[in-house]
Amino acid sequence: MSHTRQAEAHGAWRAPVLFLVLALLFLAEGTFRNALFSGSWNTALGILNMGLISAIMALGVNMQWGYAGLFNAGVVGFLALGGLAPVLVSTPPVQGAWAAGGPRVILALAVGLGTLVLAAQVWKRVPGRPRVLALIAVLVLGFVLYRFLFDPAVAAIEANNSASAGNIGGLGWPVLLSWPVGALMAAAAAWGVGKVALGLRSDYLAIATLGIGEIIVAVMRNEEWLSRGVKNMSGIPRPVPYEVDLQADPGFVARAAEWGLSPGLASGIWVKLLYAGLFTAVLLALILLAELALKSPWGRMMRAIRDNETAAGAMGKNVTRRHLQIFVIGSAVIGLAGAMMVTLDGLLSPNSFNPLRYTFLIWVMVIVGGSGNNWGAVLGAILIWFLWIKAEVWGPELMRLITLPLPEGAFRSHMLGSAPHMRFIALGLVLLLVLRFAPRGLVPEK
Amino acid sequence: MDILNALVAILNFVVIPAASYGAQLALGALGVTLIYGILRFSNFAHGDTMAFGTALVILVTWGLQAIGIDLGPVPTALLALPIGIALCSVFVLGTDRTVYRFYRRKRSDPIILVMASVGVMFIMNGLTRLVIGVDEIRFDDGARFLVSVQQFRAWTGLSEGLSLRVSQAITLAVTALACWALFRFLSRSRAGKAMRAYSDNEDLALLSGIDPERVVRLTWIIATALAVTAGTLYGLDKSFKAFNYFQILLPIFAAAIVGGLGNPLGAVAGGFIVAFSEVAVTYPWKKIANYLGFQPEGLLQLLSTEYKFAVSFVILIVVLLFRPTGLFRGKSV
Repeated sequence: MSHTRQAEAHGAWRAPVLFLVLALLFLAEGTFRNALFSGSWNTALGILNMGLISAIMALGVNMQWGYAGLFNAGVVGFLALGGLAPVLVSTPPVQGAWAAGGPRVILALAVGLGTLVLAAQVWKRVPGRPRVLALIAVLVLGFVLYRFLFDPAVAAIEANNSASAGNIGGLGWPVLLSWPVGALMAAAAAWGVGKVALGLRSDYLAIATLGIGEIIVAVMRNEEWLSRGVKNMSGIPRPVPYEVDLQADPGFVARAAEWGLSPGLASGIWVKLLYAGLFTAVLLALILLAELALKSPWGRMMRAIRDNETAAGAMGKNVTRRHLQIFVIGSAVIGLAGAMMVTLDGLLSPNSFNPLRYTFLIWVMVIVGGSGNNWGAVLGAILIWFLWIKAEVWGPELMRLITLPLPEGAFRSHMLGSAPHMRFIALGLVLLLVLRFAPRGLVPEK
Repeated sequence: MDILNALVAILNFVVIPAASYGAQLALGALGVTLIYGILRFSNFAHGDTMAFGTALVILVTWGLQAIGIDLGPVPTALLALPIGIALCSVFVLGTDRTVYRFYRRKRSDPIILVMASVGVMFIMNGLTRLVIGVDEIRFDDGARFLVSVQQFRAWTGLSEGLSLRVSQAITLAVTALACWALFRFLSRSRAGKAMRAYSDNEDLALLSGIDPERVVRLTWIIATALAVTAGTLYGLDKSFKAFNYFQILLPIFAAAIVGGLGNPLGAVAGGFIVAFSEVAVTYPWKKIANYLGFQPEGLLQLLSTEYKFAVSFVILIVVLLFRPTGLFRGKSV
């Protein structure tokens, strides 16, 4: 293994200092108003909230990559699947949708799943030549039956009040309940992919996850009965109060006045603080669990497998089983983050799930932060997210500086207009530089 | 007559589009499989190499058009293609020098190289956006059809039409030429034999005096040439849009794995298998059933076109389950 992560003396102060720098960056964003910072606490807290969610995604990726060396190139898919949970669990039921075709869709999906299970059993049990014929017969019959059940039900659901609904609707349960459901959904998908692709060559998992990621996003874009597809699903319930309700509450307005804040500003900040508290609690709980697991015999086994699969296998460890386990757990964490993100946005928009933004950006966060180290992943996530958002402001500023000596004209305006694309180049450079010169990241594994 | 109509419809809507798409995938998969065979990692930047190279070809095409050079009925892009390949090869060799060589010397895990290729993918993606933007671009000039639907109907008197676009004919011709040249190169020339020897057994190849850096450079140049050709043909056939080239990565990987990673012949076969399955599964067969005397209720479309990537994925999964080394026995490690 080239990327051995042997213990090496480094400053114990490194992580706290880096977190302090991060805190100062957010403080600057909140207080100073100039070309670099917005000076708005609303903006600063908004970045922080998404940064915390990114940190949870990075924790999930870090479990797969840092603990086990598995390359998941379909983070966006597991994230989107997790994001489906708030829609299905917590949005109010759609009038008439269930009656139109709910049970039939469930039956169709059960038939589809049953077909696959039956096919697997046929393959395992039936001996000799009839095996292939039996397999094909099961698959064809199952598919025909599935389409027979599925198509009319979907048409009926989508026809039901298609202007404002047209989807199956949710259960109307509390939105916090949907977070673990999102984790479970992502875990189930990960189990399926992992079962097939793990135990083979390491790049196969990367390619298979790349595929499942694209397919999950395609399903969410096209299956309008599920979450309205590209028509987007808005108005997902919140675990925290709405700003307008706070502004109408005289007690809150009075308290805001004590702090010298206008009710509008105070309500925005208060809601974001509540979210930040909620996300921090989840993040800390996950880190606690992950650290306990890493220090346990199980964690030592995982690291032993990562550092030398052959030796670990010779010691009687089932490498593929453990890889599947950690892959499912990591994907569950990513699914949880997806559910949290959709809750924060109050909106599920399948078109926004872009692999560059939600798969490979998360990877950069983990690599920069320090793969194998949970605190490193968190630091990398919040830092890279902050820079990613600020690059939107800083990029054009920088471009203006660079192109200052150029004459006014088509070329200069082209360069100015393409400044947003510089983010991708910068990100690629950061990834390559860290991978090459500091492969252990900002906060290396102990 | 109806049988003939059905045949023409199959030819027009399934065989011709699938063949040209398959040829494009085959060229892409050849590049992936060569890089895998020699450098031993899956190059995630391959899709963006196609996009970047095609963007360069488009710029050169515009330049040629601006000074009044064109190829008559044939797209000007073909004239620009060699220049695009040369420019893109220089860039790719630069990435090998600055990025991959370090890990190769260190004998890093393949997955680290995959990660590095993701970094290169980001840079090439950004550069493509920078030089040409994110909008859809059509750059096919010259004649559109070799055989148009009206002409075909007039010739044959059939009610069903058949069209063959210039871009499709060129795709097939160029792919046949490229494959012929590549296989001849690999089997006959000294450099090609060195490449195969290096792919089979690195240490033995070193012992017999083959210069590894030369082999690697040659591989990058050939893979880039194939990628830029595939990208340009795909762009001529459909249209150029940077993000599409990221999405085509999955069918290309599927094609390379179906054929057996590291096996060039397998990559070509894999490209056509993936393309024909994709088109056959997403084509509504109702019209052809009608010609054959059936009156089906539905469209007889197995999957809607939005899920065409699911087809490559399913093929990938089936191959991984039953024959992980691919149909043509590629490398197993």
